[in-house]
Amino acid sequence: MINFTLKQLSALLAQKQLSSVELTQAYLERVARLNPGLNVFVTVDADKSLAQARAADALLAAGKAQPLTGIPLAHKDIFCAKGWRTTCGSKMLANFISPYDAHVVEKLNAAGAVILGKTNMDEFAMGSSTETCFFGPVKNPWDRTRVPGGSSGGSAAAVAARMAPAAIGTDTGGSIRQPAALTGICGLKPTYGVVSRYGMIAYASSLDQGGPMARSAEDLALLLNAMAGFDARDSTSLERPAEDYARLLAAPAAAKLPLGGLRIGVPKEYFGAGLDSDVAAAVEAALAQFEQLGAKRVAISLPNAALSVPAYYVIAPAEASSNLSRFDGVRYGYRAPEYGDLADMYAKSRAQGFGAEVKRRILIGTYVLSHGYYDAYYLKAQKIRRLIAQDFAAAYRQCDLIMGPTSPSVAFALGAKVADPVQMYLIDIYTVAANLAGLPAMSIPCGFGEGGLPVGLQLAGNYFAEAQMLAAAHQYQLATDWHLRQPAGTE
Amino acid sequence: MPLSLPEVKRVAWLARLEITEAEAAAAQGHLNEIFKLIEQMQSVDTERVTPMAHGQDVAQRLREDRVTETDQHALYQGIAPQVEDGLYLVPKVIE
Repeated sequence: MINFTLKQLSALLAQKQLSSVELTQAYLERVARLNPGLNVFVTVDADKSLAQARAADALLAAGKAQPLTGIPLAHKDIFCAKGWRTTCGSKMLANFISPYDAHVVEKLNAAGAVILGKTNMDEFAMGSSTETCFFGPVKNPWDRTRVPGGSSGGSAAAVAARMAPAAIGTDTGGSIRQPAALTGICGLKPTYGVVSRYGMIAYASSLDQGGPMARSAEDLALLLNAMAGFDARDSTSLERPAEDYARLLAAPAAAKLPLGGLRIGVPKEYFGAGLDSDVAAAVEAALAQFEQLGAKRVAISLPNAALSVPAYYVIAPAEASSNLSRFDGVRYGYRAPEYGDLADMYAKSRAQGFGAEVKRRILIGTYVLSHGYYDAYYLKAQKIRRLIAQDFAAAYRQCDLIMGPTSPSVAFALGAKVADPVQMYLIDIYTVAANLAGLPAMSIPCGFGEGGLPVGLQLAGNYFAEAQMLAAAHQYQLATDWHLRQPAGTE
Repeated sequence: MPLSLPEVKRVAWLARLEITEAEAAAAQGHLNEIFKLIEQMQSVDTERVTPMAHGQDVAQRLREDRVTETDQHALYQGIAPQVEDGLYLVPKVIE
């Protein structure tokens, strides 16, 4: 059962061969057994989950089920869920019980899905290894001495270790795609504005997007169908007609080759210095597989790719310093036990409530927005952001999708980079550009590298190309079995 | 341009983060490494480039001017560190 797709589980539930209570119970047992070794979940509340499962069973019995009804999902602990502790991986919110639901949570609840628990993450989503969490690091299920990537490392590891059939995460600079790559699962960051940010604790508002994490492209499509949609409470939510993201999964019957006519752009900048040879080899093999499926490879260039990390580490911290000013110990969250005047209360509560990486990014953001530096840093970064978006626009005149590595290496050792921020930031080299441009991108497993660790292939598309990306990924997964591999020790 | 120690402390004050001498010194080292990376941005000419604030070029939506929210202050204040008579308590600001 733990290797069934969402579609298979949905069919079993619909045919009454399995109840949501049984399914949820089975996963809760797996979580209880595997979590002590992996530190994936920070909050589990069996009573709440089972109550939702019983309600789902009632919907199933009444014939009112939707595709996700009765399916337990792991939620990154950045999504506010009413009555659930929602910590964002921080001491600042370690006791925060959310009084409301995020839009995504509302939608998943309305679809009858079950919240299996809240997953560990880098504090306030600031990290690429899920080591900056207040609740300790997450271990990679493939090798417990390695990181799972981040910041949605808990959600990624939950899916990889079969502790949940699927999960939800958020991606500001690669936080869905990179952990998906490092744990051998699939993850998709939608076009900016497709998924509402309401109730998703803000890191960098012009970059943050929620998205699905699962074992196959088909499952991602099913989840995205339930997550996407307009929400007036997010001022950047897009008003578009509802879209079935699974509509292109079946290849046209007339086609000789399932991906005939698809042009895949391969940017030379993504295969230069800094890319490990094992990752390069797996990605090359995947590209060859896509060619066998009928796709045509096109050499392209993204000339400003190297500037995406510098621009990101100005824009994201700038927005974060503003967003995180709300944590002041007054209305909710941590307040220092002892303080003098009001200013002292703010400064002490924030100093004690935030971890080192969060403080570092608040300092960067405050500095680049401060008087005299705004033009040199923030405005400059916004101009580079434009150049990066223009690079993609030019590339998409030559190709339909862009493919390359998701991350320059396989999962690295716990503790290897956490003391060196610049090394950690450079891991995001292939992922941040999509966030800056607001474009959709995803990662799927495409082989194994050093230490038998998974390698991720990144597929990026033009605005609103999610269905097309998912279709290409699905055809690849029909022809390969990398996405079916399960880490040893998680049986 | 490397950040001096007093600058780091000033930025921490602007950000309302209490910082010890040792933390400020460590932050100074890290920030200067990070700004070396950020300085790479200066390698391209962006003279005629329009800044981009968002991935989507959409106008701010307006809504009808009518009350849509209900009063939930009791629910929201239930998670506040210190509340009395419906008010959030903080140290006295005005004598």
